[in-house]
Amino acid sequence: MTAAGTPAANTAARPTGGGRRLPLTWLGVAPYFLYVGLFLLLPTVILAVGAFTDKEGNPTLSNVTAIGQPYLFSSFVGSAIISIVSALVGAIAGALLAYAVATGNPRGTLRRVVTSAAGVFAQFGGVTLVFAFIATLGTVGLVTVFLKDHGIDIFANGVWLYDPRGLTLIYTYFQIPLMVLVFLPALDGIRPQWREATESLGGNTWQYWRYVAGPLLAPAFLGCTLLLFANAFSAYATAAVLITQGGVLVPLQIAALFQSETGQAQPGLAKALALAMVVIVTIVMLLYALLQRRTSRWLR
Amino acid sequence: MNWHRINRLGLVVAVAALVAAACGGTTPTTSANWKTAASLSAGGGMDALVAAAKAEGQLNIIATPPDWANYGASIEAFKAKYGIKVNSANPAGGSQDEIDAVNNLAGTSSAPDVLDVGLKYALANTALFTPYKVQTWDDIPAAQKEATGLWWQDYGGFMGIGYDPSKVPGGINSVADLLGPNFRSKVALAGDPLKSNQAVNGILMASLANGGSADDVSKGVDWFHQLKVAGNYVPVIATAATIKAGQTPVVFEWDYLSSSHGKDVAGWKIFEPSNAVLGNYYTQAINKGAPHPAAVRLWEEFLFSNDGQNNWLKGGARPVRMDAMQTAGTLDATAAAALPKVSGTPVFPTAAQQTAAGAYISAHWKAAVG
Amino acid sequence: MNRSRRLRLNIFRVTVFLAMGTFFLVPIAAMMEFSTRGRSDTGPRTMEAWTNIIKTPDLVAGILASLELAAITSIAMLVLLLPTMVWVRLRLPALHRIVEFLCLLPLVIPAIALVVGVFPINRWMRINISDSILLLSFFYLVLVMPYSYRALDAGLAAIDIKTLSEAARSLGAGWFTVMMRVIVPNMSSAILNASLLSVAVVLGEYTFANLLTYENLQVAIVYVGEVSATTSIAVAVASLLFAFALLMVLSFVGRPRERVARPEDPIPAPASRSLPLSDSFIGVPK
Repeated sequence: MTAAGTPAANTAARPTGGGRRLPLTWLGVAPYFLYVGLFLLLPTVILAVGAFTDKEGNPTLSNVTAIGQPYLFSSFVGSAIISIVSALVGAIAGALLAYAVATGNPRGTLRRVVTSAAGVFAQFGGVTLVFAFIATLGTVGLVTVFLKDHGIDIFANGVWLYDPRGLTLIYTYFQIPLMVLVFLPALDGIRPQWREATESLGGNTWQYWRYVAGPLLAPAFLGCTLLLFANAFSAYATAAVLITQGGVLVPLQIAALFQSETGQAQPGLAKALALAMVVIVTIVMLLYALLQRRTSRWLR
Repeated sequence: MNWHRINRLGLVVAVAALVAAACGGTTPTTSANWKTAASLSAGGGMDALVAAAKAEGQLNIIATPPDWANYGASIEAFKAKYGIKVNSANPAGGSQDEIDAVNNLAGTSSAPDVLDVGLKYALANTALFTPYKVQTWDDIPAAQKEATGLWWQDYGGFMGIGYDPSKVPGGINSVADLLGPNFRSKVALAGDPLKSNQAVNGILMASLANGGSADDVSKGVDWFHQLKVAGNYVPVIATAATIKAGQTPVVFEWDYLSSSHGKDVAGWKIFEPSNAVLGNYYTQAINKGAPHPAAVRLWEEFLFSNDGQNNWLKGGARPVRMDAMQTAGTLDATAAAALPKVSGTPVFPTAAQQTAAGAYISAHWKAAVG
Repeated sequence: MNRSRRLRLNIFRVTVFLAMGTFFLVPIAAMMEFSTRGRSDTGPRTMEAWTNIIKTPDLVAGILASLELAAITSIAMLVLLLPTMVWVRLRLPALHRIVEFLCLLPLVIPAIALVVGVFPINRWMRINISDSILLLSFFYLVLVMPYSYRALDAGLAAIDIKTLSEAARSLGAGWFTVMMRVIVPNMSSAILNASLLSVAVVLGEYTFANLLTYENLQVAIVYVGEVSATTSIAVAVASLLFAFALLMVLSFVGRPRERVARPEDPIPAPASRSLPLSDSFIGVPK
C-alpha cells in the first residue's frame, strides 16, 4: 500500500506506533459506513425482510404471491408497457439526435449547447414537467388551443393526456436527452477509418451500416435502451402528479398502499412491490453494465 | 490533531446543529389536563382554555381548503381572534388521507389535531378519537352525534353537478344530458373515489338518478363507465385550479362548493336533479393524540359558536345547529335564503350504506373507468 | 465524403435539430405563456401569477425549506464523502470497490422503493429527534451520493493525492490542514460540481417529501397547483430557470482535468470521459 513512500516520510507522518495503526485507519471510514448502513442498507433490509413478513411478524410468501392479483399484476404490465414504449421512442429519437450531433464539429458550440441542454432536460422531470405539458397540451394548453383554432381537435376521442398515453409522451421528454448523453460516447467511438475502409472495398452506405457500424453500435444501443427502461420504470413524481386517480403504475400502487387502509391490513404488500421493483431495476442495470463493457471493447 | 477525531467531532457538531436548527418545530408544552378534558367545564372554563391554547400557539388541520364551505373565513377569524397559527396540510386530500395522516404522524407534532371526514370514516376509526362536547352540544340533533362525544356532525349539503354555463351551452336538465356529445372531455369528479367521501357520494347520486338506490351504487358505477366510453369523462380530480383553467367545466360536487367557484368562473351554476337528491353531513372528531389539545378544543368551540356556524352557512352549507339557531333567531337570514334550492325527497345514506358503496367502488371502479 | 452524401447528411441534421428543438422548447414557451394568462381567455395578460408566488406563505415556506435542505445536504455530502474518499485512496485502497459500490447503490434502488424502507426510520426520528423538515437531509444525502461520488471521484483522480498529502504531512501538516489547504483547493471545480448536482437534485425532489408528508418546494407547488394553475406554473418556470442556470454554470466550470499517468496509483483511473459532467444526471429520481 503506502509502503512505496519513503521510510522517512512514513515515520514522520505517523506519530502513533505500528500496533495501533490498523484500528485507527478503519476508524477513518467509520462515519461513512455508519451513515450508509443506517440510511441505505437498513432501509433495504427493512424492504427485503418486510416483504416476506406478515402483519404478526411471521415469515410468509403471501405478500409476494399477492403480486399475482389482477389489480397489482396489471400495474406491473402498465409500468412495463409505458417504460418499454418510452424507452424505445426515446432511444430511437435520441440516437438520431446523437448522430446529428456526433457528425458535427467535436469542439463546436453546437455540440456544447446540445449536450448542455441535454444535461438540463434529462433531469427535468416530476412536477415541473407535468405542469409544462399541461400548459402545452392540456385542455386549454397553448398547442391545443392553437390546433383547435386551426380546426384540429386533438382530444376528439377523449382526453388522453392524463392517462398512460399522455404519461408516455411526457416520459419521452426526459428519455430523449438521456439517450443523447449516454449514446454519444459510443457514436464518438466510431472511427472514420472504418467508413473509408468500407468504401475502398466497394461498400455503400447501407452496407456500412448493416455490416460495420450497426453491429458495433448494437450493444451500446441496446444497453442505453435498457437504461432508459430502468429510468422510466423507477419514475414516480411525474406519474403521481399527472395521474391523480388510479394506480396504473407500480410506483403509484406502492404510494397508494403505503398509507392506506388496505396497506395497513397487509403492510408487507407495499414492501413486496418495492422489492420487486428493486429486483427488476437491478437486473436491467446489470445487463446495461455488461453491454457497456462489451461496447467499450471496440468503441473506446 | 488527529483527523478522525476532527471528522467525528464535525459530524457530531453537524448533527447537533441540525437538531438545534430544527428545534423551532419541536412539540410545545402540552396542557396535560386539556388532553383528556371532555368538555369546557371539565377542563377549567373558557378563559383557561384560551390561555392554554395561546400557549400552544398552533393548530394542525388537514384537507381543509379555505374555499370549502367558507372554512377560510373561520380560519382567518380564529387566527385574528386568538393569535394562533393554523397549519393547513394537504388541502386537496380526502377523508382517507386524513385518517392516514393521523396514523402515520402519530407521536409527531405535525399530526392533525382535528378531523373533518365522511361519516363512515369516522365510524370506522373511533379508536383514534377522544371525546369532547362543545358548549352548544345540545343544539346538535341526537341522530347527528355520538353519545359520549367521540364525533359529531358539523355541516352538510346536497350533491349536485356544478358547471360553467359558457362551456355548456343549453345547460343541464338531467343527469342523462351528460352522456351527450356536448360534454366531450368535460365531466369530472371532485375527488378520488377510493379515498374521497365526496366522490363516493357523487357516484351514489348518479346511481340514484339511474334507478339505483342508496343501497345499490352499481348503477352509478355503470353510468360512469358509459361516461368514460362516450369520451366525456376527464380522469382528473377537479380542484379550484382545474375549474378556473377550464379543464373540468362540469363537476360532481357538493352544492356548497359550487358557490365558492362562482368567484373563479363567472356564472358558475349548479344543477341538482329532482329525482336524485343525495344529502350528506360531514363529521368532526378530535385526534386522541392531538399535539395541541387546548387549541383544538378552542377551535371546536369556535366552529360551533354562532359565528362559526354562520360562516359555514355563508359558504352555502347547512350547519348542523341550523334548526336550533333558526328558532333562537341567531341564524344569518340572508345566507339562509341564499342556500341552493332543493326539490324532491332527500336521501341521506347511512354509514353502512356508504361503507358498502365504498367497498363496491373499490372493487369495480378501475375496471369501469380505468 | 462526397457532395451528395454531405448534402443528405446536412438535410438530416437540420431536420433533426429543428424537430427536436421544437419538441423541447415549445413546452417551455407554453409554461411562460400560461403563467402570464389573465382571468379569462380574453382577459389581458398579467404578472399576477408571479407576484402571487411571494404572497403565498406556504409556497415561500416551501422554497425556503428546499433551499435550506439543499445547503445542508451539500455540506453534509462534502463532509461525509470527501474525507472518506481521500482516506480510502490513501490508506485503504482495498475498500475502494466497496465504497464505490455503496455510493452507486442508490442508482439501482428507485426512490419510491427506498422510501418504503425509510418510512419506519423516519417515523422513529420524527418522534424522538425532531419534527422539522430538515430531517429530510439525512435521506437526501443518500439520494445525491451517486452523483456527488462520480463528480468527486473524477476530481480526485485528476490530482496526485498520495504525493501531495505525504509531502504536506512530511512538512508537519496535520490531516485537517492537508484536507483544507492542500486537497480541497486542488479539486475546487469537482467540489463545485458535486455541490451543484446535490442542490439540483434536492430542489427537484418530490417522492420522499410527498410520501413522508413533508412540504418542500415541489410538494408546495403541487398544493398551489390545486388552487391556482397559473401560480404553480409560474413557480415551475422559476425553478426550471434556476436549475438551468445552475447546470449552465456546471457545464462551463466542470471540465475534468487532464490526467497524467502515474505508475503506482493503486486506484485505477475512471474511464475517460469525453463529456462534461452534465452526463452525471443519469438516473435522477423523477
